Amino acid sequence: MTLWQVDIHPAPGQPDILARGILSEAKELGLETCEIKAIRGFLVQGDLNEAQIGRLARELFADLVVDHTVVAKVGEASLAETPAGFAHLVHVLPKPGVTDPVAESARNAISDFGLTADAVCTFRKFWLSKLPDEHLQKMCSKLLANESIEQIVHGPLNLQRLHVGSTYAFELETIPLRSLGSDELVSLSKARTLSLTLIEMQVIQQHFQKVGRDPTDIELESIAQTWSEHCSHKTLAGRIAYKDENGEKRFQNMLKETIFAATQKIRRDLGENDWCVSVFKDNAGIVKFHEDFHVAFKVETHNRPSAIEPYGGANTGIGGVIRDTLGTGLGAKPVCSTDVFCFAPPNTKTADLPPGVLHPQRIMRRVVAGVRDYGNRMGIPTVNGSIFFDENYVGNPLVFCGNVGIIPPAMSFKETQPNDLIVAIGGRTGRDGIHGATFSSVELDSQSEKTSSGAVQIGNAIVEKMVADVLLQARDRGLFNAVTDCGAGGFSSAVGEMGAELGAEVWLEKSPLKYAGLSYTEIWISEAQERMVFAVPEAKWAEFEALCRSENVEATVIGRFVPTGRLKLMYQGDQVGELDMHFLHEGRPPIERQAFFQPVAQPPLQLPPQLDHRATLLKLLSSWNICSKEWVVRQYDHEVQGGSVIKPLTGIENDGPSDAAVVRPVLSSRRGIVVSNGLAPRQGNIDPYNMAASAIDEAVRNCVAVGADPARIAILDNFCWGYTDRPQTLGSLVRAALACHDVAIGLGTPFISGKDSLNNEFSYGEGADRKTISIPPTLLISALGQVEDVSTCVTMDLKQPGNLLYQVGKTHAHFGGSQLCQSLGLSGGDVPQVDVPLAKQTFAAIHQAIQAGCIAACHDLSDGGLAVGVAEMAFAGGCGVRVRLEDVPCESRQVGSAASHVAVALYAESNTRFLCEVPRKNAQQFEKLLGSVPHAVIGEVTDTGRVQIAPPADSQAPAWLIDLSIAELKEAWQKPLRW
Amino acid sequence: MVQPRVVLLRAPGTNADQEAGFAFQTAGAQVEFLHINAVLENPAALEQFQILCVPGGFSYGDDISAGRILANQMRHHLAEQLRAFKDAGKLILGICNGFQILIKSGVLLPDRAEDPIGTLTLNDSGKYEDRWVNLRVEGDRSVFLKGIESMYLPVAHAEGKFVPRDQATFEQLERAGQLVLRYCSAEDASNPNAELPYPLNPNGACGNVAGLCDESGRVLGLMPHPERFIDPTHHPRWTRQKPTVGDGLLLFQNAVAYFR
Repeated sequence: MTLWQVDIHPAPGQPDILARGILSEAKELGLETCEIKAIRGFLVQGDLNEAQIGRLARELFADLVVDHTVVAKVGEASLAETPAGFAHLVHVLPKPGVTDPVAESARNAISDFGLTADAVCTFRKFWLSKLPDEHLQKMCSKLLANESIEQIVHGPLNLQRLHVGSTYAFELETIPLRSLGSDELVSLSKARTLSLTLIEMQVIQQHFQKVGRDPTDIELESIAQTWSEHCSHKTLAGRIAYKDENGEKRFQNMLKETIFAATQKIRRDLGENDWCVSVFKDNAGIVKFHEDFHVAFKVETHNRPSAIEPYGGANTGIGGVIRDTLGTGLGAKPVCSTDVFCFAPPNTKTADLPPGVLHPQRIMRRVVAGVRDYGNRMGIPTVNGSIFFDENYVGNPLVFCGNVGIIPPAMSFKETQPNDLIVAIGGRTGRDGIHGATFSSVELDSQSEKTSSGAVQIGNAIVEKMVADVLLQARDRGLFNAVTDCGAGGFSSAVGEMGAELGAEVWLEKSPLKYAGLSYTEIWISEAQERMVFAVPEAKWAEFEALCRSENVEATVIGRFVPTGRLKLMYQGDQVGELDMHFLHEGRPPIERQAFFQPVAQPPLQLPPQLDHRATLLKLLSSWNICSKEWVVRQYDHEVQGGSVIKPLTGIENDGPSDAAVVRPVLSSRRGIVVSNGLAPRQGNIDPYNMAASAIDEAVRNCVAVGADPARIAILDNFCWGYTDRPQTLGSLVRAALACHDVAIGLGTPFISGKDSLNNEFSYGEGADRKTISIPPTLLISALGQVEDVSTCVTMDLKQPGNLLYQVGKTHAHFGGSQLCQSLGLSGGDVPQVDVPLAKQTFAAIHQAIQAGCIAACHDLSDGGLAVGVAEMAFAGGCGVRVRLEDVPCESRQVGSAASHVAVALYAESNTRFLCEVPRKNAQQFEKLLGSVPHAVIGEVTDTGRVQIAPPADSQAPAWLIDLSIAELKEAWQKPLRW
Repeated sequence: MVQPRVVLLRAPGTNADQEAGFAFQTAGAQVEFLHINAVLENPAALEQFQILCVPGGFSYGDDISAGRILANQMRHHLAEQLRAFKDAGKLILGICNGFQILIKSGVLLPDRAEDPIGTLTLNDSGKYEDRWVNLRVEGDRSVFLKGIESMYLPVAHAEGKFVPRDQATFEQLERAGQLVLRYCSAEDASNPNAELPYPLNPNGACGNVAGLCDESGRVLGLMPHPERFIDPTHHPRWTRQKPTVGDGLLLFQNAVAYFR
């Protein structure tokens, strides 16, 4: 057995792209720079002679046109030769047990040469010029490696063999629960990271006292997983006593009585025209779309892992939500993705970071890379997204991943049958992510980086792609009765859920393992990625297995669904657990939580009397929340599957910001799916009700702006909040949920699925210096619209000089949480509200006008208000525009001075507003279709290449308040994220 | 009228097979999909087809380097069969990952594993990018590009930079008329080899090469995705320019017409 090392260097004359990337990032983070030389390599363990490893190096590992190799046994001097001018040698390797997809592929590829390797490991190797020790450490820990998944080796590698597991001796562990006192119950929950409260522990204790024995460890873990916040949503779907200025309200199930109730009412009102199919019960919500296909949509968060290991966190976030789509009904085919992130500003000074957090720029780069590498490999276009920046996400970045799938109507439901085999397919089980479900219910602190690393995983997209390929074929051949994904809680959640109504017996030793040494409990709760669980009738098993084998997918029978009402867990013939399904799923004690909300009167906003509008507009365009996200968008494949209609970037140079994405998921049909999102976290701390209303309005108006039918828009909620055991925090969430109820009914847009992530707070410091940062209340609304014929869609770029520019919808003095306030460092003012009946009327009118072909370009007004909207339309279209503020439909005329009227018209962020470019010949028809919806011609498209905004007639201002070339405006908008 | 049969080769990680199949169907071909495992088990299965298409994606994750593992499988086990396929006057098309596979397997430019003629490697930008590019066809060597002068198509890749073994190799390929597809500016330029700046040349490819063919002109590999522009609404500016036909469709129609 030999351990070979293959170093792969760029050949002479070839660029060192890896080093270049690290250096530019180091510069941006303000780290001490130095010279770096970076290479990659492989460790190969096996009975291979020098000629054989040499051949593998030349024909497999290296690309001889651009690489050259150094091959030797680990530890030999030729591998440690330091190039001139360099002082330090650093190796970075994955920690044992961390998924290393390239190494797995390499091992298989070696066998294609007729050779055998027992183990392969990838590494990166760096030489750095002379640095003080402290700086070297910083480079290593901040840039070269992430120590939650990787190990750093200084100097030459000096290992004897690669880790290939350990032995495991079975021993049944029983927890003496029945005799414990309250304090001991609490410490037990904590010591085992069960995240169970005292009351819950007591109910479990009583249950086992009744049964007459102590639980085994696996039983306790199963209960903890099933009762976890992540799996059962016990806070929001629980009892809440809510109090606000209107009195008290007691919810038995808050979500059911607000969000779900709205959907039920909408469906009742639609009667036989109800287009919802499956809501709030499967892994994704399903609505009608096309005669041959329904469409499924799910968005969820993957916040905690992304804080610690952003690449893996984002990877497994998108991998997980794709499996949700695949695990909906009998399997939906994923057709597009949307991703929304919340980070602290990328220019945050390293010195200002709390201890234990990664730099937000580092998080952002790695999250984007994680989504890119997974989504692109899956062949699912990432068509929509958004990034929101706020200081308070510094310890808790948010990563929302969403996926849309299509599913034949007859495949939209599933039902496990008695005696179906429990079949696991896809990735093998390892120690990955143990305690992810309970971990995602725990508050992060400055130690999380170290203590929670077990809960961090790396994905392997190709394994999931292979699973998707066989799943859809097996579905169409009718080879299974039910399917679900292995997400948080692993097998324990998947089998527990699928067998909830029946009962199940599981043979844990059957599960294929990545490496030996896992205990029966670890197998049961592992969150190893890319696994799905099926209920396969015994008669179909042979065909199912053969199909999987034909595409290199491992499929294993790990148990059977049996009509006993019990969950029986076996390991090599020994019973290790036995639980009543009813207790497992229904036994959790209802806890009534207190929620309290008190509206806070906002101080009026004092705008500076004189604003330099030219500078203000440029500053707004350059703000993190408004600036171009092209750096991100281009890294995602947004066109794979061949159905792209409206791309995320649009306009004469393909670089303007689209309001929403449109795809045609069925290539032979003209029908399109529209995906958009809305969120308004800055308003959250001021007025959560209107924040939620604004988020819904934004998501819907984005959808409508490209051509979606407002009568066919379904929405999803994702609540990310702070510590909801605090009545005020929970109160603000309930307040937002009430808005969701009211606005959804008012607009006729049903919620079809949702998710929440609570306790997003970060604590650091000791004793009196202990500080806590809470994220702003963040509600992401994701919208799924439909268009009958994609050729009616419109984009936001101005098309033709001479056309008229209309503002539709009225501007009010809404500055609370606005981008203007943020840019000027001001607070106060009213947050935007939604006039729901008027919004509904406006959306319908815009849709009719788009359908009638009246509109050449349409853009919604949001962050930064009219000024930003006009500028974006102009530079996207390569056209000039002239606007007369005098004519802007605006409510501030009565209230303020001329100066404040100008500011309101230009920058206020009132909801339900659009800018529409209309050819003169269509103007009459357009106005007729708008009817009583507020609207006015505010200007026209020009060929001057300039954005020119004229002040109201009664003002003392110069001829143009703003007169800027579109080149200058675009540069301001593109510069910040031109990484 | 002959309706050619097309086989789309699938492997773990192939992901642009359905739309490539749809493009061939739209052009009038009969389309089937075969997994590499099925072909390795029975290489003769290829014989019933007139066109072999290796579509885009990330075969085996593009682990180690793009297309490398599938290319090795083809080199180790299917070299004979593919040579016979070519010699029988049939067509082979590799798109994006398929191009990477055809070049690294020696199918496109016959070579020895330890002495490759050229490769496709990491973009100069160091990252994956999806963007539309202008392309110009050089010469008339490729069956697939017959009658086409220019195209506007998207590229979407991280490893698309064409690098030949050396300058002599480049010149030889050029003289043989095999460097058939070049990135260009919308305004056109007389010297195709003059290095274009990013993003006109999106990856830093030597000689702005976006695609090349074998000596016979019946094997073509290209980085851009013709199957992503077969419908007018695929064009990124269709709401402005109202194209009537997708540039990419012509390529598939040429392949089908070759058998008529």
